[in-house]
Amino acid sequence: MTSNEAGTHGAVLADPPPPGEAPLVELRGAGKSYGNIRALHGVDLAVHPAKVTCVLGDNGAGKSTLIKIVSGLHQHTEGEFLVDGQPVRFSTPREALDRGIATVYQDLATVPLMPVWRNFFLGSEMTKGPWPVRRLDIARMKATADRELRNMGIVLDDLEQPIGTLSGGQRQCVAIARAVYFGARVLILDEPTAALGVKQSGVVLKYVAAARDRGLGVIFITHNPHHAYMVGDHFSVLRLGTLELSAPRSEVGLEELTNHMAGGAELAALKHELAQVRGVDTGGLPGGDDLTAPAGD
Amino acid sequence: MSMAQHAEPAVGTPPAPGRKEVDGRTARRPLALRLLARPEVGVFLGAVAVLVFFLIAAPTVRQGSSMATVLYQSSTIGIMALPVALLMIGGEFDLSSGVAVISSALTASMLSYQLTMNVWVGVIVALAVSLAIGAFNGWMVMRTGLPSFLVTLGTFLILQGVNLAVTKLVTGNVATDDISDMDGFDQARRIFASSFDVGGVEIKITVVWWVVFAALATWVLLRTKYGNWVFAVGGNQDSARAVGVPVKFTKITLFTLVGFGAWFIGMHNLFSFNTVQSGEGVGQELIYIAAAVIGGCLLTGGYGSAIGPVFGAFMFGMVNQGIVYAGWNPDWFKAFLGVMLLGAVLINLWVQRTATRR
Repeated sequence: MTSNEAGTHGAVLADPPPPGEAPLVELRGAGKSYGNIRALHGVDLAVHPAKVTCVLGDNGAGKSTLIKIVSGLHQHTEGEFLVDGQPVRFSTPREALDRGIATVYQDLATVPLMPVWRNFFLGSEMTKGPWPVRRLDIARMKATADRELRNMGIVLDDLEQPIGTLSGGQRQCVAIARAVYFGARVLILDEPTAALGVKQSGVVLKYVAAARDRGLGVIFITHNPHHAYMVGDHFSVLRLGTLELSAPRSEVGLEELTNHMAGGAELAALKHELAQVRGVDTGGLPGGDDLTAPAGD
Repeated sequence: MSMAQHAEPAVGTPPAPGRKEVDGRTARRPLALRLLARPEVGVFLGAVAVLVFFLIAAPTVRQGSSMATVLYQSSTIGIMALPVALLMIGGEFDLSSGVAVISSALTASMLSYQLTMNVWVGVIVALAVSLAIGAFNGWMVMRTGLPSFLVTLGTFLILQGVNLAVTKLVTGNVATDDISDMDGFDQARRIFASSFDVGGVEIKITVVWWVVFAALATWVLLRTKYGNWVFAVGGNQDSARAVGVPVKFTKITLFTLVGFGAWFIGMHNLFSFNTVQSGEGVGQELIYIAAAVIGGCLLTGGYGSAIGPVFGAFMFGMVNQGIVYAGWNPDWFKAFLGVMLLGAVLINLWVQRTATRR
């Protein structure tokens, strides 16, 4: 059975890394406290090339804190954070970007009133000419943006249109294509499907797979186990700031994943309590096996 | 309890579409709409309308010298409206820009006069002071995260008080002493406040500076990295930061640029009038902001141009002088401005909704 006790601290093993190759990004017992509030504690996570690591969890489980540490927006206060096997501590997102860690945020991936091509190159603009007259190389940027978007399977008619006029799914895809182009080795996707419809979610998942097939390590944050299971190679479930489950695809099924997301262990305990205290007829509640934390067996 | 399902994830790579394929769902917007989506088109039409109106209503305006006066009036507003517009595109305000002009002029004037030095010393120190005021505004806004409205309202009040108090303390008067007979005055006047002759019409040099600064600002805004960052920090600061745009640097330099503008206009005032009234400048900041808004800059940032405020400032100068040339009561000036501002805001709103509609 998978090792997945609630609140494991470093006891959970990640996927065995391929021999001779350190994970692109690794967290060892990492945690983060905001003042006296402990948002994240003892989390292990490893990201390998061409693999999708899914981080699941309910609201407030610590998903956002986790990605903020990896993307350089916040710093961890305990444990270790390694990139290519070396301990790091980022103070700005720029430093993370320079190490090849790109983050696609659900809500703040783009500047709505700016044209698509300007958004694509924002913060890493192509220039030409010597310093006093160094200027944007607009023709090259437009051509590159168009080519890169097509390579990812995104076709836009007019790169001059403000990106705010694209649909939510299209915007996510532009942001993903952008990260892939700028040499990201690790792509962090913050709930890319949360605000999208069924069809658009499918489109985004396809680009997640496209990024994976290009050899990127992907961290896919979501609270939808179905979406995670479509593309994931490894699954980590966060609960109240600690890891509740960490298992490779071969050792966990969709049902078990869904169960963990729904707070299976807690429900089982609650059911047990109800039965003892009030004499509630628990026979009519969902099957005992579904609700039992597998680790307690 | 082994759950060996599919070993491989279900979703594969999408096929790469061909080069010629088009999406087809987004029809190209008609030319008229795309033109209107440019921030400066509305104000350009407005400026032409005002010009034509006064050409008809006030025959004096048709003379070259009248036009030169209109352009001069416009340039003194326009030079300041440029950095104010860039700052607005970058998502911030500066309410202290009007009194900062006077602070700069007072610094140069009093320093030179009291220490009996070459006026250029005062000019250079004034530049340093103006840039420092701008940088302080920017630093405070970025450091505290407070709205720039509040921070610069504070600076506005501070400068207004300091201008009056220090001037009275140093000169015993509300105005500075005449510096026109001091070393370097004539040289500085040539740069900041001279005029030259074009076909019998006397053109003020500020008009030339105005055009030069506007061209430079347009180039920077549309053709450089920095310009890209200005739009980004105003459009969505958090996104900009997340993709690696130096947000603090961009905003602080924008505030500093307003400081530069205040210095330039301050020097112009000093070298054209020889003395400075310490209580002036109050209310001018709103004129600059209005010129930027009439020029198509979005008050909330992220959208606008440098050429728009040029036309915006021209509308101001034209109405201001046009009313005089038409022989009307100049008291109507502010009422005219209010109508223009409201009209511009409504046009902006309409353009934004029409041009960016899904």
